[in-house]
Amino acid sequence: MSSEPTPEHRSDTVLTVNGKPHTLRLDHRRVLLDVLREDLGLTGTKKGCDHGQCGACTVLVDGRRVNGCLLLAVSLDGCDVITVEGLTDGGDGLHPLQQAFLDRDAFQCGYCTPGQICSAVGVLAEAGAGHPSHVTDPAAPSGRPVPLDEAEIRERLSGNLCRCGAYPHIVEAVRDVI
Amino acid sequence: MTGTGTALGAPAVRREGRRKVTGGARYAAEHPLADRVHARPVPATVARGRVTAVDTAAALALPGVLAVLTHENAPRLAEPDDPTLAVLQDPGVPHRGWYVALAVARTPEEARAAAAAVRVEYAVEEHDVTLTADHPEAYEPETANAGYPARREYGDPDGAFASAPVRVDVTYRVPPLHNHPMEPHASTARWEGDRLLVHTSSQGGTAVRATLAALFGLPEDRITVDTAHVGGGFGSKGTPRPDVVLAVMAARETGRPVTVALPRRHLPAVVGHRAPTLHRLRLAAGADGRLTGLTHEIVTHSSRVKEFVEQAAVPARVMYAAPSSRTLHRVVRLDVPTPSWMRAPGECPGMYALESAVDELATALGTDPVELRVLNEPEREPDSGKPFSSRHLTECLREGARRFGWDRRDPRPRSRAEGPLLVGTGVAAATYPVLVRPSTAEARALPDGTFVVRVNATDIGTGARTVLAQVAADTLGVPLERVRTEIGDSDLPPASLAGGSSGTASWGWAVHDACTRLTGRLGGLTGRLPDEGISARADTAGRADADSPYARHAFGAHFAEVTVDSVTGEVRVRRMLGVFAAGRILNARTARSQFIGGMTMGLGMALTEGSTMDPAFGDFTESDLASYHVPAHADVPAVEAHWIDEDDTRLNPMGSKGIGEIGNVGSAAAIGNAVHHATGVRFRELPLTPDKVLAGLSGPAPAPTSGRDG
Repeated sequence: MSSEPTPEHRSDTVLTVNGKPHTLRLDHRRVLLDVLREDLGLTGTKKGCDHGQCGACTVLVDGRRVNGCLLLAVSLDGCDVITVEGLTDGGDGLHPLQQAFLDRDAFQCGYCTPGQICSAVGVLAEAGAGHPSHVTDPAAPSGRPVPLDEAEIRERLSGNLCRCGAYPHIVEAVRDVI
Repeated sequence: MTGTGTALGAPAVRREGRRKVTGGARYAAEHPLADRVHARPVPATVARGRVTAVDTAAALALPGVLAVLTHENAPRLAEPDDPTLAVLQDPGVPHRGWYVALAVARTPEEARAAAAAVRVEYAVEEHDVTLTADHPEAYEPETANAGYPARREYGDPDGAFASAPVRVDVTYRVPPLHNHPMEPHASTARWEGDRLLVHTSSQGGTAVRATLAALFGLPEDRITVDTAHVGGGFGSKGTPRPDVVLAVMAARETGRPVTVALPRRHLPAVVGHRAPTLHRLRLAAGADGRLTGLTHEIVTHSSRVKEFVEQAAVPARVMYAAPSSRTLHRVVRLDVPTPSWMRAPGECPGMYALESAVDELATALGTDPVELRVLNEPEREPDSGKPFSSRHLTECLREGARRFGWDRRDPRPRSRAEGPLLVGTGVAAATYPVLVRPSTAEARALPDGTFVVRVNATDIGTGARTVLAQVAADTLGVPLERVRTEIGDSDLPPASLAGGSSGTASWGWAVHDACTRLTGRLGGLTGRLPDEGISARADTAGRADADSPYARHAFGAHFAEVTVDSVTGEVRVRRMLGVFAAGRILNARTARSQFIGGMTMGLGMALTEGSTMDPAFGDFTESDLASYHVPAHADVPAVEAHWIDEDDTRLNPMGSKGIGEIGNVGSAAAIGNAVHHATGVRFRELPLTPDKVLAGLSGPAPAPTSGRDG
């Protein structure tokens, strides 16, 4: 092994994760996903492809869902990150979506599940804020909440792959919390 | 069963569910270990040849790099039973993507940079990766996967075909397919003195332990393999893969705990794939629709590393009554990655072809495809002559037809359109054998009135913890909540893998027997139990693997409705409905998820999943999840799974058949048959992507390959 990385390849970065601020000296190559998993021990966020193709690493940054594998962490200085571990109320209580996933058996192996749930949290917020999707009626009034029928849920969650094929149950789970 | 019968079949909630929805379930790369480092493999960049030089200087000079292993310095392994595990042992390159080095560094980024900095020189040889039906090196192996004879023949199938009034002679092609479980293969290894501890993503930890013991010359009792949570496998984690061998090597070389998490794009080359299959089917029938001959011949590929033959002609030995038959496998060894198990190896591609051909026969006869199948139901298993332990295919077809509304179908192809959308429906049958393997288990009664069941089962998403607790509670005659299960650790009583739809039957049998013995021991006791409790063990060797005088298979029927866009060629599935007869269903909730999951994988096989072996580079072109399209939410509409409860006492004490794979068998054929019904065009090569469909819709009518003589 040779010398330590040169200082210009690292930067101090402040991230607030699940309400807790962290000051981290980060390798510029490190993506948010690896900060969560390797630096903070928050392994609920999964690495399925590392290329933004599967959605297993979906978390919320400043309230919007993102693929944690596609964001260089140093570019997120000052951001607020919520992961699956931060959805519970801190006690035994589950987020309604977590409970719905349990109730509907909306997973099997569980590896895509944290990403599905975080993504669904983002979907509810986006639809509530009136963001249209590919299947939203173009004639629908803009700025009003978009009703989440099954087609809307499927379309909006299509960035989150599930190889176990739990999709029908995931849609049921999301509908349960609308 | 000896118990109360109240727990089995109940829709019990999966016991690890809460951990999975909160992110608390730890998978193989997620165990916090002090000083853990990361290793990244270097794949070969030529399709055939050998490594002539490896320059590791630039890699070793990078920050954080601890070691670079190559065939020149890696620890020597004993010769493995599975030659795909002989990594970094010699300079040979049998296919592109074969690992030629391993970079170990403190962080994933440093390991990635180091792997990229390793310079490898090769002596390149000519390669051949192209499978053709008439390849000059094709040969008939002795056996296909799972030990099935490569060839079976009875009667005079050629004579029957020549003289039949109605004939179908067709070829089908299923491309290479990739398992792609959501968790890429990963292993973490650490040595504590002379003890080896491994966390690995595998479908069977007992086999991983045995393999590592043999490779590294260690007694098994010095190895512990943890498989507590596994992010899917679908066959690709059925046996150890190179990641675990590399992790153990690197941990030994560096003295640090090491994680090897395979990059997604490496998987197609190193964890196995479903080999492509070229099918030729010849169906001969009388004017009454009864089969007189059934011939299913397939050609597939394997690698230079080992012979693996997808047993795709095997289901034709089970399905239909025909007085003459030939089923035959041929294989070509090419410079391709080594194929392996993918969900329902054999049955899945085989039934796609057979059930498509049966649909073609129904069209040729002008017969309803449900009725044609019912007409050709066999009295006994056609190939073996054995009676079936249970067979309710007809009931599945009838129940499915009723639920689906099949009787409202206009049988004429291209008879229904909604604007530019052509609408069609299709049906196909499913079958999967009953497999069961010996396992051991322990059951313990504790003084507080609770019970612990211990067995090294693996939960790859099936809910093994839950269903085994149900088996135990039922056998012991106690409430489910008083039973705890311990699985996923090789220090537990050894057990078979989660594969071949055999897990629950195999582990459950051992759990049942251990609980039965425990009940016997408890019956003779009075007073308080000792603090450590009372335990009993069971081993099903000799019984679980005993030959049966019965042909034992699960059956099912799939129905699908599709739309085909006549402008774009896009096929969309509107609904899928499956009815299965798979013995006793032990957990209604998790079983439904497995059936639906299998059907969804069949949807992918039918419409979107296909890999291409690039003839120039000798590589799978679609090696990531952007290019290899597994079904996404928007692709998957209403999928319904139902079942017919079977009371079959010739299986195991629970009366269950496997359910992990049958949902994936036949579903692609139902969709393909629906596409034919929608369009009037028969497509015989998967997947049914818009390019193929549009060409078929706009081109000349395909040459007739089936029809009625005279």
